[in-house]
Amino acid sequence: MRRVLAYGAAVLLAGWILVPIWFVVVGAFSTADSVYSYPLAAWPDWSLESMRFFVTSAGVPQALLSSVVVALLTGVLTLLLAAPAGYALARFVFPGASAYRLTVLATRAFPVVVLSIPLAVFFLQWGIYDTVWGVAFMHTALALPFVVLMVAGVFAGVPVDIEEAAQIFGCSRVGAFRRAVVPNAAPGLAAAGTFAVLLSYNEVFAASILTLQEPTLPVFVLTGLTQAPLPFRYAGALFLLAPAFLFILLIRKRLIGVGGPTLR
Amino acid sequence: MSVRRSLPYLLLVPSVAYLLIFFASPMVQAVGLAFTSTTGEWGLSSLSAMVSDDRFWPAVWTTVILLVVLLPIQLALALVMSMIVTGRLRGKGFWLYVFLLPLGVSELGAGILWYSIFVEQGWLNTVLQAVGIVDRPVLWLDYREPWRVIGTIVVAEAWRSTSLLVIILVGGLRAIPRDYLEAADVFHAGQWQRMRHVVLPMLRPTIRTALIVRVVLAFEVFATVIALGGTATDTLATQANRAYTEFQDAHLASAYGLVILVVSLVAVGIVLAALPTHKERGE
Amino acid sequence: MGVSRRDALRLGLGTAALGVLSACALDTSGAPGGVGSGGLVFYSTQLSTTEEAESVRRQILAGFGQPVQFTADPSTTKMLDRVRAEARAGTSNLALIGALQGEHATLWKEGLLRDMTDVVESLGDRGFTSRYLDLARFDGRYAFVPWISASYLMAARREALEFLPAGADLQALTYAQLLDWTRAIQQATGSARFGLPAGENGLLKRFLQGYAYPSFTGGVNTTFASPEAVGMWAWLRQIWDTANPQSVTYGFMQEPLLTGEVWVAWDHAVRLVDALQTRPDDIVSFPAPTGPRGLGYLPVLGGLSIPKAVADPQPSIDLIRHLTDPARVSTTLRTVAWFPPQDLAAIPGGLPPGVGQEAETLQRMVGTPGAVASSLAVGLGGQSGAYDKVFTDTFRGIVLDAGDVRGTLATQAAALQGVLDTAQARCWAPDPLGEGVCRVG
Repeated sequence: MRRVLAYGAAVLLAGWILVPIWFVVVGAFSTADSVYSYPLAAWPDWSLESMRFFVTSAGVPQALLSSVVVALLTGVLTLLLAAPAGYALARFVFPGASAYRLTVLATRAFPVVVLSIPLAVFFLQWGIYDTVWGVAFMHTALALPFVVLMVAGVFAGVPVDIEEAAQIFGCSRVGAFRRAVVPNAAPGLAAAGTFAVLLSYNEVFAASILTLQEPTLPVFVLTGLTQAPLPFRYAGALFLLAPAFLFILLIRKRLIGVGGPTLR
Repeated sequence: MSVRRSLPYLLLVPSVAYLLIFFASPMVQAVGLAFTSTTGEWGLSSLSAMVSDDRFWPAVWTTVILLVVLLPIQLALALVMSMIVTGRLRGKGFWLYVFLLPLGVSELGAGILWYSIFVEQGWLNTVLQAVGIVDRPVLWLDYREPWRVIGTIVVAEAWRSTSLLVIILVGGLRAIPRDYLEAADVFHAGQWQRMRHVVLPMLRPTIRTALIVRVVLAFEVFATVIALGGTATDTLATQANRAYTEFQDAHLASAYGLVILVVSLVAVGIVLAALPTHKERGE
Repeated sequence: MGVSRRDALRLGLGTAALGVLSACALDTSGAPGGVGSGGLVFYSTQLSTTEEAESVRRQILAGFGQPVQFTADPSTTKMLDRVRAEARAGTSNLALIGALQGEHATLWKEGLLRDMTDVVESLGDRGFTSRYLDLARFDGRYAFVPWISASYLMAARREALEFLPAGADLQALTYAQLLDWTRAIQQATGSARFGLPAGENGLLKRFLQGYAYPSFTGGVNTTFASPEAVGMWAWLRQIWDTANPQSVTYGFMQEPLLTGEVWVAWDHAVRLVDALQTRPDDIVSFPAPTGPRGLGYLPVLGGLSIPKAVADPQPSIDLIRHLTDPARVSTTLRTVAWFPPQDLAAIPGGLPPGVGQEAETLQRMVGTPGAVASSLAVGLGGQSGAYDKVFTDTFRGIVLDAGDVRGTLATQAAALQGVLDTAQARCWAPDPLGEGVCRVG
């Protein structure tokens, strides 16, 4: 009985997530006429006119590549910066830990909108304006506060006993970290990294301020999309979604992991 | 021993230095803007202009309502989803994939999508009419029914941003050592008891992290609110955004930013107080 | 270990991709206007929808000798921020700016633009109409070269026409008749089918400033809280009751017109043209109505300017010549439906149906006896946002929140005066021009 309930819940929730996405697919692959009619058709006409516009737009492949590179760079950078901090928060009790947490969060509590000009000037002066690295640095700064917290939580979830056991068996502190903690924390770290990657991929505001000739895909598509005709909005949305969905597909195995850590 | 004492601080250095470089100067400038008037004098005039604006208190109210309604809903949904994914059901990979899909949807994209669902000639009405529940399209986005509009925003946001909680909770659930769970089984504990006495307590730090992340992010959401509520529904974030981009008033925008900052930190403080830190050295 | 391998893989991927990307960036074989082509950067706040931008890149910029990177973003603030940031940092990535007259006014006031008088004079052969040339001049110098123009008009679905009040001529409606019309539609269909762009990116404020106020009161600032204004707001309240409440989400009226949620709408010509082109037989355009004081309308002018920081302006000037030459102007009109600031009769080739309708409507509007051309606010500089806010807030207070008309007008009039005082702005059309700061009436 419980099993049936569980499956029922799973199906319901999956449906709730998938149905809106299906609507986007229908809209993206329908003719303008269908999109403007009411009631809407549940099935696409399989017209490629809207999608074709996006795929052949000048500049789309480069923008897509930019987005992917920036997102991956952001993921890596953020994890590298967050790991030490997360470990410190998880393993040590020290004055200033809460202050650190709050301060780091405070950087994100202030709307980025208002920081546009100073940031743009800063990037221009440092020569990283309109570069892939520049945007990646910015996105890392945006993701870092959250990833630090997530990584801290991940490390905290791995019992100290495991590390101590490894040290008893002759590992150095660093070695214990590498061999005992990291593998068990891997799924959590992958989750945190995924968050950073997707945050970067979808981020449009800071990216639009900091790029000019090298826009990321959301900048390229979304700034015009809010005013584009409806069929294009569907196609543009689907076009933006596809790479992200692909990424999640590739990464999900990492997120599931091999099973919880053991004390052995 | 002194190395040990200073080790945590040393570990914090990279992230602190990084954030300082990017945010220190701009934030100081921005906060400074909040305390100067549009003509450049120091004082509280920008802040008082903000508070005396007709839309200020409605914006605060709406922001708080959205947060208070969304958070429990999202936490509950996320818990169920992560249990499904880490439990004993078949097809775990598939469920996880589906539940994480909204992460790949940008805020702007989600706003466009849910607008097309709730709009008068949109998907929801198409379905409702086809099934016969209504015989003419319902105006879901009718600003004259504020609770209706808030409802649509809640649905859209729950759809869009629960996946983040799922990903955090799954990470936490996965880190619970199998041995603890197996120990519970040895004592013939049922699923529910195992949940309550083993899983949830061990999950506490993760839940706290998830809530904090969600709370801070919730305050910056405005794309969905603008898409569904238009110019008739305000939250602190939409006001900050509007002040800057439409009215080109950096002072007013900063003032709102300051309020958002304070309110977020207060909200985070509440979460931290509700779920106090145990010494996180394992239990 | 699994993790470090994955990290290494990612790093490797990233670096490799970065390498490929750099190679791409150096490759200028993209179409003119492609991303990262390393050519001239033409940044515009207009023509920013995906379709328009694509037309610019593929058709309007075609034939220009050098690669041009066309970047369009509708946000005024972003454009201003960019130019300001570059001026502060001492760099100049932007070679050419395309923006509205009001946006140029702000840039000019902050000293960020190059004096374009020499360029405008050298383009005498283009035949810019003097009305538009006047708008391009600040302090006697030309801040930009006139490029594209438009105005605002109305459009309706055929189904709506049968409800027109008896004796009303669609091409010469009064505001009172418009109200009767939309009321009739509401009574017959049970749905509110009028629409105004009251959404986040909507241009409702222009309706108030350039259409409603001049038509009802004969002015805008000097008559802000006048008895005629009270009458205007009363009218607006009544017609809002016949408007689809989703109007607070509408930024572009062509879409609700196409889906049928709105049957009668007012909006910028460029934001209606898609509806007229997609369904030329089902949707018609017509001039804005006439009020007690005439037919107030607002011509919009977009221009091309060069940031002061640009070291060598010659390539930018060449681009301006290219964009304003007759063949290009004709293409612009046909593809993105922006009208040239020149005599329409001189345009070679015919006009496609949607654009043709609009051209006729606009000419009819402008030619109506009693037509009052307003100007977009001049001389407000950084206060233009605050100026617009007064009107948006007034609309909010009186129409959306159903507040007290006189009280709201009084409060907002004070705010308006504050804005004018801060900007030290003189009155502009349709208010009587004069010396000294404009007084709110």
